[in-house]
Order: sequence, then structure tokens, then C-alpha cells
Amino acid sequence: MSGPAEPKKYKNPVLNWIEFRLPIISYFEREYGDYPMPKNCNYFWSFGALATIILVVMIVSGIFLAMNYTPHTDMAFDSVERIMRDVNYGWLLRYIHSNGAAFFFIVIYIHILRGMYYGSYKYPRELNWILGVFIYLLMMATSFLGYTLPWGQMSYWGATVITNLFSAIPIIGEGLKTWLLGDYTVGNATLNRFFALHYVLPFVIFGVVALHVAAVHVHGSNNPAGIDIKSKGDTVTFFPYMLFKDALAVCAFGVLISAVIFFGPNLMAEVDNYIPADPLVTPAHIVPNWYLAPFYAILRAVPDKLGGVLLMFGAIAILFFLPWLDRSKVRSCNYRPMYKWFMMLFFVNFFILGYVGLKPAEGLYLLIARLGLIYYFGFFLIITPFINWIEKPKTLPASISDIYLGMNK
Amino acid sequence: MAEVKNNKRRSFLQLSTISLGAVGTAAFIWPFLKSMNPAEDTLALGSTEVNIADIEEGQGITVKWRGKPVFIRKRTQQEITEAKTVNLEDLKDPAIDDDRVKKDEWLVLVGICTHLGCVPLGQKITDMKGEYNGWYCPCHGSHYDSSGRIRKGPAPTNLAVPPYKFINDTTIKIG
Amino acid sequence: MKIFILFFLLFFYTSNLFAAESSTKSLPQHEWSFEGITGTFDRGALQRGYQVYSEVCSGCHSMKLLYYRDLIDIGFSEDQVKAIASEFTVIDGPNDEGEMFERDARPADRFVSPYLNDNEARANNNGAYPPDLSVITKAKKDGANYIYNLLLGYKDPPADMEVGEGMYYNIYMAGNQIAMPQPIYDESVDYADGTNNSAEQLAEDLVVFLTWAAEPELEVRKNLGIKVILFFIILGFIIFLAKNRLWREVH
Repeated sequence: MSGPAEPKKYKNPVLNWIEFRLPIISYFEREYGDYPMPKNCNYFWSFGALATIILVVMIVSGIFLAMNYTPHTDMAFDSVERIMRDVNYGWLLRYIHSNGAAFFFIVIYIHILRGMYYGSYKYPRELNWILGVFIYLLMMATSFLGYTLPWGQMSYWGATVITNLFSAIPIIGEGLKTWLLGDYTVGNATLNRFFALHYVLPFVIFGVVALHVAAVHVHGSNNPAGIDIKSKGDTVTFFPYMLFKDALAVCAFGVLISAVIFFGPNLMAEVDNYIPADPLVTPAHIVPNWYLAPFYAILRAVPDKLGGVLLMFGAIAILFFLPWLDRSKVRSCNYRPMYKWFMMLFFVNFFILGYVGLKPAEGLYLLIARLGLIYYFGFFLIITPFINWIEKPKTLPASISDIYLGMNK
Repeated sequence: MAEVKNNKRRSFLQLSTISLGAVGTAAFIWPFLKSMNPAEDTLALGSTEVNIADIEEGQGITVKWRGKPVFIRKRTQQEITEAKTVNLEDLKDPAIDDDRVKKDEWLVLVGICTHLGCVPLGQKITDMKGEYNGWYCPCHGSHYDSSGRIRKGPAPTNLAVPPYKFINDTTIKIG
Repeated sequence: MKIFILFFLLFFYTSNLFAAESSTKSLPQHEWSFEGITGTFDRGALQRGYQVYSEVCSGCHSMKLLYYRDLIDIGFSEDQVKAIASEFTVIDGPNDEGEMFERDARPADRFVSPYLNDNEARANNNGAYPPDLSVITKAKKDGANYIYNLLLGYKDPPADMEVGEGMYYNIYMAGNQIAMPQPIYDESVDYADGTNNSAEQLAEDLVVFLTWAAEPELEVRKNLGIKVILFFIILGFIIFLAKNRLWREVH
């Protein structure tokens, strides 16, 4: 805040009283009322709002689930089933939470891919992108921790496999793993701390999301043309224009997620997680949550334990550097005739990696995973930095309003 | 003219959106609040059977029923007489003793002070029994008589009588 | 751009199909009354299924997550449930003398397990643990069809196959060898209501019961689901109109 500016006057005396002491009313008016959005933003720009809503729903449903959950290896499985059977609307809370997690990732992936396709990570929004990658990392950690809590077979063995990744680190690996687990295997101490962390991390995510949103509001949202706002005519106010657009997206999303919650609540769950954890029997197919599968594919594509772990974390870490790897001044792929197709191929490749990540790591699947791995890193390290040596971008429109002029002709 | 009509329609649509959205939000919150009510396994927690054969006159035992303490007391003749002869007008929460017991010598009460939920003293021989020879709540000084009725102090009502029945002469089933 | 959404839907859809793969015969699909968006359980089938469970399965398989009171949901009266529960003995205590004692089960008790613990269960079954059936249809891919076919999948082994000792040949079991002897035959349970008691009927009723046991909320859930989706569609339609009116003047 830049010192006490002239306080805004409101008709309502209560608002006035608050505004004079804490100018929060004008803040919300500025950031969520009159905030200018480029008027050519399509529905991909609704996924940020959608993700925020899901985050809140996840936190709320999680708090109510925690009221009935017991983080103890002897009782966790039964307490989750008790929630499903005996707690009033407990089944609804749990299915909202478990399917909400999957949909959260779907929404976030679309949000990320939108940012990549339209070049939203470029100047001046690099920090915004970095905060976003942090949110993504925190989400992965939270989802992994939460998956342990029902204490089924997949919970137990997923936790075992993932924590064993740390033992790949030379010298300190084993000690680090034991420190993380608080035991020699995944045990009661592990379950307790995973619960504690799973409870607190979403609030950290919420904090980073606040920064993420505040950062995007500094220079305003990007748009499908990837050009800067030139005049007021290029924009609409958030309220009511974008709010109603976002609300429509929320309703469409509501239909989709309700269809799954009410009519196929276990479609995205692994059946083995309805078998209580048994440290003596590993299920035949251990797979991660499908939304983490692309990285799991990278892990398994490398024949060396440490190498696999490094490449997997590298695959996420490289996202942080995307704003500097991409040297093109043009943001939107709509105006980059070659990069556009490499970008599309990247999306397809990511999808394929996810597919093979859920398949057994052998034969053709392993070969595909290795090719996918090469393209993943090739895209970031070779294609993205050097494509503008040969690519000639299309001419950008002079302003956002000009796009519509062109259309009417 | 058309402009005005247009605006009217527009604000009508926006208003219905907002009100329908509010209804939806309220309906969404409902299951969350409902989930905090006792679950079915808690509600189903059944009854407790108590053997009262070994209780001496003038003594009582405390048993647990649905997580709450229940006082079972075998009253002496003097206590019974005291309980029966009280002038109802002296009582803060008037009730006659006959309505509070099934058999004169046996008094069964939920042992929770009706003020703020402490467990009154008076079960052990060494306990304070209060000014009316019943129970005394140490938290805020409520005195109960030998029928468990409130006589003095901040508690608003008498100690509650749980649902119970005599299965035979030596067994009570509470709940 | 729409292509992104397609990718995701495809991803989302196919990712669920993987685990279904196995070397055994693919499952024939039976028709179930609880399938579909308005699916419900048939109370008669549920009660018959409970009878099959208690007469055939409960000798080895526990259902630890169920309470006797849950049977009220499938159409038994409170007194019937009390009578059913009282046939079982549970260990309670300690009493005033500090000793554990036996008493008849009550509706608020969990289903009594056939064995004291997992080790006893293993010891009595050639080392094979008879799994708890509380959520078995959720714990298997395509659970209802899997159990149904498995129960009816006992056949004579092919000539070139050697079945291990204490094992039985079943075309739907992974590896085709199962430690459970064929549990259901024609007429192995007599129904009081005179329903045909062929092996298929017994298996079907049992699976309906097991599905209810795993998802007792199914009917309420589907009912509520229709309302919620209708609400979103109506709200979405109004918002769509409002949004179009708003945006008409922008472009």
C-alpha cells in the first residue's frame, strides 16, 4: 500500500467505516469488480477460477472428513468406511474429496497447457508462471500424502514406492528415507505425519494461489492473441462480464463432476485400495494416481535407479525455466506456425507418457516411454530455444479490438 | 424503449442467477453441516444391563451408558421419606418422587448436572452430598435432593431420569 | 483448441480401462437392477442374498464392516434383525469382576466373524485367507460381474493342466486355480418364498447382497445425483441466457 490515499466514499456507512480503516472494499472493487480482462479471452481462461473453486471445495470437504478420520494403521481403513456408511452424508463428502482431487488435476493440466500454448509464461508474467509451478508441485505432494490416508493396498504400496525414491540419493538416501517415514517401513508414524502434512499443505497452496492471482493482476491477463492491452476498448470488466462467463463454466463443470461423483464414484479409484493395507502382499499392478502417471513413466524409462529419479524430478524442475528457454517474442502459438505443432505434439506426448505410465514397464511400452522421454526433454531443451532460428511468426494484430474489425469485414 | 426493456430482462436474468446460485450454495453446505450430527453407529449404541444385586442400602454405583455416567442408588427409608414429603412449592423444577422412580428404593439418574454438564458428587460415602442429602455439583454449587431434584444453585432442572426397566429383581436395563 | 478437451477426456476414460486386463477369460456381463442412473436394489433379492451369505459363505468369510442393524435397510423388521443378531455370540466385557463374558449379539454389533483373527482363518483354510466380503465388489475390477462369474466358473480342468493340491479349477480366477471349493450348486439353499433356487439365481442374489453391502448408499446417491445434475443444467441455462445478453453488446 502506498500510504493513505484519499479514501473512497460509499453510501453505506458501514462500508465507509471499514474502508476508512482498511481499504479492503475498494481493493475488491478494483481487483474483482472493475478489473479489466481482455475481451477476446476464451473459455480456457475460466480454468483458473474453476481451480480456485475446487481448491476451496477440497479444503472444506477435507476438514469435514478429518472430523471423522482416524490416522492409525489399525483404524484408518475402517474409519474411512465408517465415513461412507455411518456418517450423515459421509459418502458424499468422501466422493467429493476423492473425485475432486482427480478433477483438480484435470483442471490444472488444462490451465497449464493453456498457459503454454498462449505463451502466458513470458515477460512480464514469468514470476506468475514460477508460482504456478510451485502450486503444481505442492498439489502433487498433497495428493500423494492424501492417497496414503485410506490405508488400502494402493495407499500402502504407493507410499512405499515413492518414499523409496529418496533412497536412490547417494550416501544420505537411506537415512533420509527413514527420517521421512519415522520408521523402517511405512508405518503408523508415517501415516500420522502424512495426515498432519496433508491437512496443512492445502493452506500453503491457498497462500501461493493468492500470490499467483495477485501477480497476474499486476500486468493483467494474457489473451489468445498474446498481445498487450492497448486501450480500454480492448477489455471488459470482470464483473459482470467475466463472472457470468466463469459461472457458466462452473455449471458445465458441475454437471461433469456430478456425473462422476454420483454415478461412477469409483471410476477413477484403484480397486486394490478397497483391500486393507497388507505389508506382506504387494498387489500385482502398482500404479500411481493416473494424474501423476507421465512422471512415473519417465522414472521407469531409465534403467538406472538414481538416473530415473533425477530425470523425473528434472522433468518437473525444467518447467521453472520455460520462460527463459523460449526466446521468441511472440506469445501466442496461434501466431507461431511451426511451434504450434510442436506444442500440440508435446501435449500428445504427455498424454502418451501418462498412458504408458499406467502400463507394465516392459517391451513396447518401455520403448514408447523412452521415446516420449526423449521428446519431452527435446521439446524444452532443443525445440523451444532454437525454433525461432527457422520459424517466421505471423503478423500480430495491432490491437485486440482490431481482431473483431477483421472478422466483421 | 427497447433499451429499457432489454435492461429489465437483463437484470431479471442476473437476479434469478444470483438467487438460484444462493439456493444451490445453501443446499451444498447442508450435507457438510449434517455430517457433524451423531453418526448412525453412535445412534445405534444400545442399552446397558446392570447387576444391582450387590448394592447395599444407602449406597450407589455409577455405570456408563452412551458415554454418560448413570447413578444407580439404593435409597434408605429415610431418604425415601424425605423425597416423598417435600413441599412441591419449595421446588425449582416441581416433580413428585413417584414419577422419578419405578421402585421406591431404586433411584436411577443421568449423573450430569443440568447446569453446565459436570458430574455431581455424592456417589462415594466420603463425598459431599450437599445440603439436601443428595448430590452436590462442585463446579458451581448446585444441590440436589435424594430424588435428584434441584434445590439450590444455578442448575435449572432436575437430574434427568434415563429410560430403563427392571428385567428382574437384580438386573436393570438402561436404554 | 477443443482438441485439448478431447485429449483429456480420452486420457481420463482410457486410464480406467487398464487394470481390467488380465490373462483370464473376459467377463460376460450380467444385467443388474442396480446399474444405470436410476438403479435400485430389489429387496427380495437382497434378503435372499443375505440368506445365501449366511448359509453358504459366512462359515469362512467375514463381513466385518457390517452391523446387524444395517439389515433393516434391506427390508427386515427391527424384531427380525434382533432375532437374527441373537443367534450369534459376541464376547463383551470386562464385567465388574474384570472378566470377559459371552452374550447374544445385538443389532448394534458388527457381523460376527467366523474366525477369531486372520491367522486362525488362514490355518483353517490351507493357508489361504478367505477375504472379508464387506466391500468385495468394490475391491475387484467390475466386481459384481466378477463375483457372479467366479461363483459359476468352476469347470473340469483341461487334460493338460495339473491343478495343485487343495486347489480347484475356475475359468475366471487369475491363473485359473482357486483355493475355494465350489460354494454354490443348484438347490444348495432353500428359499422360503419359493423362488427358483438354481445356482445362477443363488449367485445373482448373493451378488446383489454383496453389492449393497459394499455400497449401501447407492440408491440415495443416484437419486440425489439426478437432482444435482438437473440443478446445474437449469442454473447453467439461465446463466447462459444472462451471459449472452451481457456479451451481445461487447463484440
